[in-house]
Amino acid sequence: MDFLYSITIAPFLDIGSDLIFFAEVLIGGLSAGVMYSLVALGFVLIYKASGVFNFAQGVLALFAALTLVGIMEWGVPIPLAMALTMVVMIALAFAVERLMLRPLVNQEQIILFMATIGLAYFLEGLGDTLWGSNVKKLDVGIPDVPFEAGGMLLQTFELFAAATAGVLVAALAVFFHYTRIGRALRAVADDHQAALSVGIPLKTIWVIVWSTAGLVALVAGIMWGAKSGVQFSLSLIALKALPVLILGGFTSVPGAILGGLIIGVGEKVGEVYWGPPLGGAIENWFAYVVALVFLVFRPQGLFGEKIIERV
Amino acid sequence: MLYRDTGQFKTSYASDQAVFPILQDRIGVIAVLLFAFLVVPLIADDYWFQAVLIPFLVYALAALGLNILTGYAGQVSLGTGGFMAVGAYSAYKMMTAFPDLHIVFVFISAGLFAAAVGLVFGLPSLRIKGFYLAVATLAAQFFLIWLFNRVGWFYNYNPSGTIDAPTREFLGFLITGNQATPAARYLTALAMLVVFCLITKNLVRGRIGRSWMAIRDMDIAAEIIGIRPLSTKLTAFAISSFVCGIAGAELFLLHLGSVETLAFDINLSFLVLFMVIIGGLGSILGSILGAAFMVLMPILLTNLFVGVLGMQAVTAKHLEFMVLGALIILFLVVEPNGLARLWQILKEKLRLWPFPY
Repeated sequence: MDFLYSITIAPFLDIGSDLIFFAEVLIGGLSAGVMYSLVALGFVLIYKASGVFNFAQGVLALFAALTLVGIMEWGVPIPLAMALTMVVMIALAFAVERLMLRPLVNQEQIILFMATIGLAYFLEGLGDTLWGSNVKKLDVGIPDVPFEAGGMLLQTFELFAAATAGVLVAALAVFFHYTRIGRALRAVADDHQAALSVGIPLKTIWVIVWSTAGLVALVAGIMWGAKSGVQFSLSLIALKALPVLILGGFTSVPGAILGGLIIGVGEKVGEVYWGPPLGGAIENWFAYVVALVFLVFRPQGLFGEKIIERV
Repeated sequence: MLYRDTGQFKTSYASDQAVFPILQDRIGVIAVLLFAFLVVPLIADDYWFQAVLIPFLVYALAALGLNILTGYAGQVSLGTGGFMAVGAYSAYKMMTAFPDLHIVFVFISAGLFAAAVGLVFGLPSLRIKGFYLAVATLAAQFFLIWLFNRVGWFYNYNPSGTIDAPTREFLGFLITGNQATPAARYLTALAMLVVFCLITKNLVRGRIGRSWMAIRDMDIAAEIIGIRPLSTKLTAFAISSFVCGIAGAELFLLHLGSVETLAFDINLSFLVLFMVIIGGLGSILGSILGAAFMVLMPILLTNLFVGVLGMQAVTAKHLEFMVLGALIILFLVVEPNGLARLWQILKEKLRLWPFPY
């Protein structure tokens, strides 16, 4: 009975008794959620345009952050270093298209998925070989001072991260809806064959999509790296992004954002209030179980397309 | 010239349905088995047993288990590590709770527990498929590892959190634990792999296997011709998890001897999935070839980088990752159907050699 009480009633009493703390937990969750959203966004971009489930997205973020740190260590100023890193990511997109996607056209999805796992291994090895594997500090000059607002303790860094994510999403939305390339991207996402037949060059589109995903990865890598150092665990957030995708739907950009926030908050709230009676460290699987339960009721995700194949 | 099936007429149904209908195949398999059972234990040293042969056999069994699910029934699973952990931990609990239990029953019960857990986590497959299912099985992976890590009962409240393999005898020989000779453990793993290959081969060419493949190829069509998706998918999950559970118990009892949950983390799931994909989806030989490739490749690379090129071990490790990743992509580009398909092509070429026209 004690156990039942501690997982059914006590957490809610805790929440009710200290609302300000609860709000702080919420905000902590939201800021983690922003990170998940950023990684999930990269997934969604690539999945939409090429139907590839890109497992390497997390490693892409790690690789981008490692490259940025590496270039900055040469004494290059930050904006230039970011530009150089972006050039590297674009070059990477070209290489991926040429060496991986093009020969694998028309293969089954699982094969492409495995190829991206191979890519993940490769990039991880490459990043470590080039820049070394010890934890690095990434300081891009984002202010990180705590301040109080309405009785809650906040970090300017978290606000900054949220703002960056917001700007990025807005920019992407504008890019997708109002530019020529954006329209072409959406056309490819809709139907490869039809897009090809009206003269949209699939190969160019793929390079652009992977470059965009590289950009998103760079932003995610900077945010995450500035927060907790550039290290291998960065690539593990890719795994955290998977339940986000399930929640939001594989093909929906707003879904990725909202899903990320929900998972981030759910995870933190679950850990703080339900973690202790369950033995702690439930963060690792909580998101998956949430996603699993969610799948049973709404397999296409929050904003996913309805055409998902039901069994 | 030697590899011909010309003139080998089948005069009975039994010979027509043999596992290896071609005489040369039969001779080849028997020769390989004789070599593996009789010659290898005599010539291999401890390093070979411990670093190459035993892990290879254990992983081959795990890959076989996953191949049943992913290759034959078409359900992608990333929870292999979790199911193997169930096998290992239930074997440990059975051995410590019932010290008199015969080792054969320990393995079988490990498999049965894993099968039961696999059934539960296979339930979402009735609603979802593809990547959605893959993510759902990840839930199994993370949850199970967390469970074995957090609940002390599973590792008998051992302060270090590890489980140590108790020693057990089979036919008078020690086969588990650290005191058992590597050769004995090798032979146990080998015998189990052979048995499970035989069982799997007969499963997949029978009614169950055919219904798995029908579900894999087109579930709606399969349903229309009267295959029940519910029971078919769940049997695939159960049998696959059974084999994976036994592989997990082997990994614990025969290979590592003492494990913690870290040994069964997500990387193990990926490793086994790689073996299946590189070896060949839906092929028993493929599971074995894939396991051999993934066990041997890192060792060869390490030897090459550290031994021949004289690199630092750390650099070699990073390069190894790179080469491994590149090789995986290369393999998928060159032959998406895996090593088993290459072997098949080779055999077809060999049948016509040296006069291919």
